[in-house]
Amino acid sequence: MTKVVEITNMHFTRGERTIYENISLSVAKGGITAIMGPSGIGKTTLLKIIGGQLVPNSGDVIFQGENVHKVSRSRLYEMRRKMSMLFQSGALFTNMSVFDNVAFPLREHTKLDESIISTIVKLKLEAVGLRGALGLMPSELSGGMARRAALARAIALDPDLIMYDEPFAGQDPISMGVLVELIKTLNKALDLTSIVVTHDVSEVLEIADYAYIMANKTIIGAGTPEEIKNSDSPLVRQFLNGDADGPVPFHYNAESLQDDLLAVN
Amino acid sequence: MTQLANYFASIGRTTIEKVVAIGQASLMLFGALFAFPKVKNIGLTIHQIYVVGVQSLLIIMVSGLFIGMVMALQGYTILVNYGAEGSLGPMVALSLLRELGPVVTALLFAGRAGSALTAEIGLMKATEQLSSLEMMAVDPLRRVIAPRFWAGVISMPMLAIIFSAIGILGGHLVGVDWLGVDSGSYWSIMQSTVEWDKDVVNGIIKSIVFALVVVWIALYKGYSCVPTSEGISQATTQTVVYSSLLILGLDFILTALMFGIS
Ligand SMILES: Nc1ncnc2c1ncn2[C@@H]1O[C@H](COP(=O)(O)OP(=O)(O)OP(=O)(O)O)[C@@H](O)[C@H]1O
Ligand SMILES: [Mg+2]
Repeated sequence: MTKVVEITNMHFTRGERTIYENISLSVAKGGITAIMGPSGIGKTTLLKIIGGQLVPNSGDVIFQGENVHKVSRSRLYEMRRKMSMLFQSGALFTNMSVFDNVAFPLREHTKLDESIISTIVKLKLEAVGLRGALGLMPSELSGGMARRAALARAIALDPDLIMYDEPFAGQDPISMGVLVELIKTLNKALDLTSIVVTHDVSEVLEIADYAYIMANKTIIGAGTPEEIKNSDSPLVRQFLNGDADGPVPFHYNAESLQDDLLAVN
Repeated sequence: MTQLANYFASIGRTTIEKVVAIGQASLMLFGALFAFPKVKNIGLTIHQIYVVGVQSLLIIMVSGLFIGMVMALQGYTILVNYGAEGSLGPMVALSLLRELGPVVTALLFAGRAGSALTAEIGLMKATEQLSSLEMMAVDPLRRVIAPRFWAGVISMPMLAIIFSAIGILGGHLVGVDWLGVDSGSYWSIMQSTVEWDKDVVNGIIKSIVFALVVVWIALYKGYSCVPTSEGISQATTQTVVYSSLLILGLDFILTALMFGIS
């Protein structure tokens, strides 16, 4: 099976802190790949590395056969037209209506007529269930609606790869279900490859074809949802069960609480 | 010993990193600013001229009017002692064209438009709008920074000219209409004293230099701010403080170069 994204032996540090140590993963074409891990582990960072916004200290990141961090700036911009990212916050342009937001990439990158753009925008908004909201400004949308509007914008140019950053965070159970369905149908209907980054394990394992679990700066488990669920690795089990105690630390590195509190006196 | 060495090494490392970062930022900015402008970006620039220029008109005009009026009042009370109130016109005009026009306009511009630019860009950064532009293969430097930069550089000299013109009218209002200086001498002595290249052009040059400084600082501070609410508020303050200080410092240097050695 061909790989859309392939990361090999990648190291990444922020200042003195190591975020990733020697990780390798790959994303198969046409599938939904889930990347799960506790908060603050560097999931957003990983997507930004794939998108070429952050540069790893070493290792290769290949997108459709080309190294994202070795190509020229103009080539990188061309490659980005083939990938698209749904930001954690949605990141809609606050000075434009929902319609103009979705039309933005079309107006920037194509020479289509306004009438055709209008048709495409309405179709994309219909796909996320927001055609009725096309005249609203982003400030008039709820968080969940904003994320769906951003999703319509992300698929406006029919990308090959779409990266979802925490698509389910802060959603009520119904919109969560809608989004899960949406990611699945879009992936099929538009012939996409999807990467879903999240800590909502059960939702994403329903739709994923392959999943990675990250913790302690590396990948601690990988496999199909079945394999993950049946894994007997203690790290993976802790993550799936949501245990606070176990091999994966919940706390940001610190001296022991006792030492810290007693030191005051 | 090794601690000391480490200390200096870390200073050196930070300095090199800073210099490299600034160098990269400037190179990228230059690339974006002087790349061949797209038709779309001209539209964006015009829109920004409206936002930073036209919307600053009111504050510039009101300030110009009052400063011209105050100058005429102060000038008159001094000049009248020597029977020289006929020179009120050139006094008002020269101080406005050479100094107050460019400098006060730049200070007001930094407070009115510069701070707004920094806050706007900073918020776009904090809400990931700049990142998402990049991921949509749209260069935020070209799309967001360049139009604002050019709009500022084009608007500020025009605002300074308007400021001076209104100030001269304000001086006329107080000097001639209120205090009774002869209207003919107000204008004619002004005309014969003010020199095109020495006074008017030099004032415009000053204004262009100030514009470059204010807009550059405002955009750089916004683009490089820490993307949190404190970060943005700090960057906004820094924009106003740094640009005001630089305006006043540069004004001295430019005045010395233009008028100091004759
Ligand atoms: N601009 C930055 N400068 C320095 N460190 C950063 C920066 N952004 C993130 N980090 C650090 O990098 C780590 C990974 O951040 P990231 O945003 O990728 O986490 P995440 O896995 O997406 O978390 P969440 O699930 O909460 O969104 C965090 O621990 C954070 O402290
Ligand atoms: Mg994140």
